[in-house]
Amino acid sequence: MPEDQMKPEELFQIDYKPPGKGWMETKPDIRRGKINWAAVPKSVEYLDLPNPRKWSPLDKDWKLPDNWKEIILEGMRERIHKFRTFQVFMDICVRCGACADKCHFFIGSGDPKNMPVLRAELLRAVYRKEFTLAGKLMGKMAGARDLTEDVLKEWFFYFFQCTECRRCSVFCPYGIDTAEITMMGRELLSLVGLEIDWVTTPIANCFRTGNHLGIQPHGFQDSIDFAVDDFKDLTGIKVEAPVNKKGAEILFIVPSADYFADPHYYGLLGYMALFHEIGLDYTYSSYASEGGNFGLFHSNQAMKRLNSKIYMEAERLGVKWIIGGECGHMWRVINQYMDTMNGPADFLEVPKSPITGTVFENTKATKMVHICEFTADLIKNDKLKLDKSRNDQWRVTFHDSCNPARAMGIIEEPRYVINSCCNHFFEMPENCIKEQTFCCGGGAGLGTDENMEMRMRGGLPRANAVKYVHDKYGVNVLTCMCAIDKAVLPALMDYWVPGVQVGAVHELVGNALVMKGEKEDRTDMRGEPFIGKETAKDV
Amino acid sequence: MNAIYSLIAVFILIALVLLGIGGAGLYYVFGVIIPYVAIVFFLAGFVYRVLKWAKAPVPFRITTTCGQQKSLPWIKNNELENPSTGLSVIGRMLLEVLFFRSLFRNTKTELKDGPKVVYSLNNWLWLGGLAFHWSFLIIIVRHFRFFTEPVPAFISIIEKLDSFFQVGLPIIYATDAIILAAVSFLVLRRIMDSRMRYISLNADFFPLFLILSIAVTGVWMRYFGKVDVIGIKELAIGLFTFNPVVPEGIGVFFFIHLFLVSVLIAYFPFSKLMHMGGVFLSPTRNLANNNRMKRHINPWNPKVKFHTYEEYEDEFREVMRDAGMPLDKK
Repeated sequence: MPEDQMKPEELFQIDYKPPGKGWMETKPDIRRGKINWAAVPKSVEYLDLPNPRKWSPLDKDWKLPDNWKEIILEGMRERIHKFRTFQVFMDICVRCGACADKCHFFIGSGDPKNMPVLRAELLRAVYRKEFTLAGKLMGKMAGARDLTEDVLKEWFFYFFQCTECRRCSVFCPYGIDTAEITMMGRELLSLVGLEIDWVTTPIANCFRTGNHLGIQPHGFQDSIDFAVDDFKDLTGIKVEAPVNKKGAEILFIVPSADYFADPHYYGLLGYMALFHEIGLDYTYSSYASEGGNFGLFHSNQAMKRLNSKIYMEAERLGVKWIIGGECGHMWRVINQYMDTMNGPADFLEVPKSPITGTVFENTKATKMVHICEFTADLIKNDKLKLDKSRNDQWRVTFHDSCNPARAMGIIEEPRYVINSCCNHFFEMPENCIKEQTFCCGGGAGLGTDENMEMRMRGGLPRANAVKYVHDKYGVNVLTCMCAIDKAVLPALMDYWVPGVQVGAVHELVGNALVMKGEKEDRTDMRGEPFIGKETAKDV
Repeated sequence: MNAIYSLIAVFILIALVLLGIGGAGLYYVFGVIIPYVAIVFFLAGFVYRVLKWAKAPVPFRITTTCGQQKSLPWIKNNELENPSTGLSVIGRMLLEVLFFRSLFRNTKTELKDGPKVVYSLNNWLWLGGLAFHWSFLIIIVRHFRFFTEPVPAFISIIEKLDSFFQVGLPIIYATDAIILAAVSFLVLRRIMDSRMRYISLNADFFPLFLILSIAVTGVWMRYFGKVDVIGIKELAIGLFTFNPVVPEGIGVFFFIHLFLVSVLIAYFPFSKLMHMGGVFLSPTRNLANNNRMKRHINPWNPKVKFHTYEEYEDEFREVMRDAGMPLDKK
């Protein structure tokens, strides 16, 4: 964290009263801590995107193409015709204000343009000016605004201050979805080369190597081999974890952080334990070694380009169906976009658990099952031997990740799995979970170091709810099923609620699972002995 | 400031009637021509807007889910908050349109020492909005007694219910009181609440003041400044049967009322009031969350450049071979 980072008690001094001056006259405070660095030209070029160049949002000159205004307006016109959402959401907002204090960035910053209504008004004001009669004739009186370079900069600032979490959409009487508006805004910004590096470079990496981190096939193989060895050290069991195996029954897709970062990795070990114990015939793929899809945070085309690999690889390997790991936005893409973009997957079979015989009717078109659906079914059918006491070191709470909650509704499955694996589970307050869950503050490509202040602000509502159960019940682990959560929540916890760890749902599964042939002194997925099994040396 | 502009705009509209009727005696213009023009604007504008929306494709099925999905049979799913079928979507939409389901969730966020972020249920907007919309609807339906002869039974029933709490004469309708209170609340919250003031446009105040003025003139005519109801009904039926006549002695208050209503309906399709039509077309609410069960088609599904496995293997064949990974081409 940079030295100039404010202390939590300073950051908490938030004023919800808007300034006296109107929002059209107020300029954004563009500075380090609140922005993300611009995309490096190499990544922009690799994806054949417009206007690759070196630039910084802190510079005065953003090196826009001469005809930038024309490009943006043409882009708006095109999208108005292609997306009913865009048109309806531009037209019907009544500014009732219900969304205002639902946004985690507003709650944590008090910046009125982080009220979803005003974030959308940034686009709407230009829409009125250019595409409605009243706006053309009456200008500001009709809430219209000229598209200037300052306005464009404001778009960049605020559309990269939205994590597309959709919480506001739950409260909006018309379901206006700010994520959709932000997606439109970001697509438009990309047309003139206003991209951030933490979105565009992962896309370029993923396009080339199959994952956001840019890990090449041999590196991927190494990571999996390492995990297999590690797992043997922890449990004494040698598991199979095939990569690019043709003819396997199931293709297993995980977010790349699962095999590359902590605490995701403990979840990966959990998957390995589970699949070994039930004898699942599955394979990883190095070509489709990414479940996440940063294309979602960029444009529908980029999303489609990355997502295509899953079905192409499933077809090439000749698998029957697909399981997906713990990841948030990945599941929005799979649930709401994949089949439409890259289907139909008629070369696959309707997913059927080889262990329980359960047919996953809810996935009969897309043919991809969430790991928590899969595991919940195993537990329900009594196929796993779980020892809850092996998670007694944890007092657990669960963070619903935005996209699984609000773009899918997978709410009870992870809870069922968690409750089957541990003795001490505590829910956060009801306005902070399930469909009302709060973002981690770093979704949609905003989980960067340079954006740390906004992350801590945006993460405040989530962290504060964790603090509540930490203080009240002594909760010491925040479990979740999202790779971005696992990447950004540890810093958030350290800042607001020191002493709370972050873990994966399948880390708990890996811990609780009683495995055939495990060694006497096997440990949990983090290499810690189970409570009551410590040797003299550990104590 | 926006509130004042909007209020001035409504005063100008009223002044126009005073000049037009009181000054120039343009009864036919205000009693017949303007209402007809307004209705044409309303119908044509409304249809145009809805068709324009309907013509735009829905490339992706992006339901906002507010409850448990339908997945495994033993997990209870929430059909109304996360519909899996078209029928459930109708249920969800009915809850939304008739009872403002989403607004009912509204919470208020406050910061307390601790540091603590506290959320409390805040249903005032829901209550005000619901009271306003329902009373407005009932009042509109009640007005059909002016357009019909004989008056249909259901209108008399609605009138009876509306005056249920009445003792004595004249009959006071509950909705008249409710709409005045509700609109006043909606105006006041935009003015008093600094955040609401900050986000409010002229287009937010203008229709509120317009509706408030319509309600006030209506209430005035009914309970205080007795107007020639027979004459008004003659005019209304004339308009509806395309035999317009303007009986004498109706009085300027009625013309103010009628003109403001005309302005409201003519303005309707060009304003945010179109949320009435738009709410039905909002893709986050009116689609089932059944994407993994049933394929959704994007009519303009774009052709994009893919990076195929073949290209990938070509680039990485050497390192893959060294790592002992399977290859398609040796």
